[in-house]
Amino acid sequence: MEFWFTEKHTDYTKLSIKIKEQLYHGESPYQEIDFFDSYDFGRFLTLDGYMMVNEKDEFIYHDMIVHVAMATNPDIKKVLVIGGGDGGTVRELTRYKSIESIDMVEIDEKVVRLSQKFLPFTASRLKDERVRLYFEDGTTFVSGKEEVYDLIIVDSTDPIGPGEGLFSRAFYENCHTALTAKGILVNQHESPYYESDAKEMRRSHAKIKQMFSISMVYQFHMPTYPSGHWLFGFASKLLHPIDDADFDRWLQRGIETKYYNVNIHKGSFYLPTYVQKMLDEV
Amino acid sequence: MAKTMLNHDEAPLFEALKKHMDDRVIPFDVPGHKQGRGNEELLKLFPKSVLEADVNSMKSLDFLSNPTTVIKKAEDLMADAFSADEAFLVVGGTTQAVQGMVMSVISEGETLIMPRNVHKSAINALILCGGKPHYMYPYIEEAYGMTTGVSLEDVKKAIKDAPEAKAVFLINPTYYGVTSDLKAIIDFVHQQEMIVIVDEAHGAHFNFHEELPSSAMALGADMAAVSTHKTGGSLTQSSVLLLNTTKIHRNHVKTILNLLQTTSASYLLMASLDLTRRFLVKSGTGNLKAVLGLAKKARQKINAIPGLKAFVKQDFSSEGCYGFDETKLGIHVTGLGVTGLFVYDILKEEYNIQVEMGDAHNILAILSVGDTEKRVNQLIAALSAISHKYKKSPLMLPFKKFNATQVIKTPREAFYAQKERRLLKESAGCISGEFVMIYPPGIPIVAPGEVMTKEMIDYIELLKAEKGTMTGLEDSNVEYIYCLKES
Repeated sequence: MEFWFTEKHTDYTKLSIKIKEQLYHGESPYQEIDFFDSYDFGRFLTLDGYMMVNEKDEFIYHDMIVHVAMATNPDIKKVLVIGGGDGGTVRELTRYKSIESIDMVEIDEKVVRLSQKFLPFTASRLKDERVRLYFEDGTTFVSGKEEVYDLIIVDSTDPIGPGEGLFSRAFYENCHTALTAKGILVNQHESPYYESDAKEMRRSHAKIKQMFSISMVYQFHMPTYPSGHWLFGFASKLLHPIDDADFDRWLQRGIETKYYNVNIHKGSFYLPTYVQKMLDEV
Repeated sequence: MAKTMLNHDEAPLFEALKKHMDDRVIPFDVPGHKQGRGNEELLKLFPKSVLEADVNSMKSLDFLSNPTTVIKKAEDLMADAFSADEAFLVVGGTTQAVQGMVMSVISEGETLIMPRNVHKSAINALILCGGKPHYMYPYIEEAYGMTTGVSLEDVKKAIKDAPEAKAVFLINPTYYGVTSDLKAIIDFVHQQEMIVIVDEAHGAHFNFHEELPSSAMALGADMAAVSTHKTGGSLTQSSVLLLNTTKIHRNHVKTILNLLQTTSASYLLMASLDLTRRFLVKSGTGNLKAVLGLAKKARQKINAIPGLKAFVKQDFSSEGCYGFDETKLGIHVTGLGVTGLFVYDILKEEYNIQVEMGDAHNILAILSVGDTEKRVNQLIAALSAISHKYKKSPLMLPFKKFNATQVIKTPREAFYAQKERRLLKESAGCISGEFVMIYPPGIPIVAPGEVMTKEMIDYIELLKAEKGTMTGLEDSNVEYIYCLKES
């Protein structure tokens, strides 16, 4: 018998991964949750049938969502992670001794608890003493907070579904208010390639651009996400991600990474012409 | 709760329609789009099943104008679900249900006692039937810039002043969810041998959860017009007219409704009523419990936002507020230093959120069986962002309260009288020949036959300045008003 996981990347394009074993299937009040073990990608988590994280390529995503901001402002002390139930983003953050506190707000406790069981490679550092877990809606968690965080990372699912509120203008405004004077917002920014993803990318960028003095987008390649070409948003009140980055200090820390390095940091902001054009036009 | 034990698993009208579709009957009747085949443009918006269900009356699907089979059965189940003796399905909105209700009890020259904050459909009914309004002036909550309900004392006084009245018209609840002491009022009015009719446009869910105010029919009202499409869950424009038959005969109401309603009633609307009734009876209580829980949480979070107040019963004087429907999430916003009309616009323009209404002081978000906590949280996040961005010192609006104006002519006399055009700003003292309303909620600021006052004019100017959607006047720029010619 052949057992395959298939995800529709568009109505007309699919990605299939041959499965060794299904580890878990269940539902939470928010979504359908599955864990698999596979030949090419090792263990992976899907929500509502969409690939979230796998053993093979998660390092790319988690390197890029954390280290770009940390190299831009080495003095980041208070961090808020919204979403990120698999724990990978927190894992990378805990490698910085200078960070004093990490609040992680994930609406779905079940995803976190199951990730601790099935994905120890990402969830291993959720018990770090600097980490506080909040199982609630990030949309309202951040509302009303003023100048509390140096960095907010939005590690969310796509805007259609439980992640919807994390792509709203109100949410971005409330994040802006919750950030300190040198605050940085990094968010999951969809992909430029397929039209349905690109539409969300443009909408998201249009909203963020209006309120942050620096609003940029950077890219990385993510083999299991639709088209493999994915983006993060980098929005900042003061610091420019290249001009103000302190690469010497970052290198002095001696943090070993598999994808991120200072050249990738700089290069990731240089976008293909069609992507830059899309962003310029919003 | 349902009065008797009919089998609410059934949905006779829906089932007949489904069978008609399954049988693939060949249509040589109207509608001419013939299940969408004749007009492919429709398929860009509607799934094929919707077009297949868009059929005309026929023997197997019964006739709304004289229901005897599947529509009648659906109506009997509807009546049972809403604790009434009889029910009519209505497809012309609750406007039609209210007009049918008023015209069933009031004829030319007869008096109807009604609160001044009625929906225009009630006054329109008087234009149609020639009845006279005798207004009760509901309690005014100055701090919230709104009217609440009428008290038993108000009703007693009105009956004393207009003993010739045939019926009393009540609202259960107001747009913002306020109810009067309906039980005591109904009992008193019945002792005076008058009829009680109730506009329950905003209370379609009342009969399905005990923490909500009671429904008018359960308390013994003679008729009620219920907007199932508003908070019940059926399709827009579908509605129900209910009656208890002690004082009113079904066939008389049927005759009146046939004056007002289409002979091509939509089966989409009627089937949605049938399914909604089944849904409310079977799952309404559980769903409404969840909605009430959402509303409670939302109020706590909104009240923690500077400048906002999500009000409940305790915030209002008991003179005008006997009960309160907490699924109506009314929020007082002038503490932010802006008007409700402004917040209404900003929510839509900047945050992609459409609320039900904004007036000078408040906005109203409707929570219903279709809401989730995540969606409610988005509203809260937007309100929090608005508070941070716009908050200044509280707004003191230039007007305080609306005094009662005089009713010189009946709505019908004024409507048909010789009129002349006047500048609205200079119309104080004239008798209006038109309505002026802000929509929503569609409650007249001035109605035909009433004397224009400076307070009214100031209020209209404020609403215009805040870009409220004004309706009623022939002049769409709301600069001129037709007043009665002075004789």
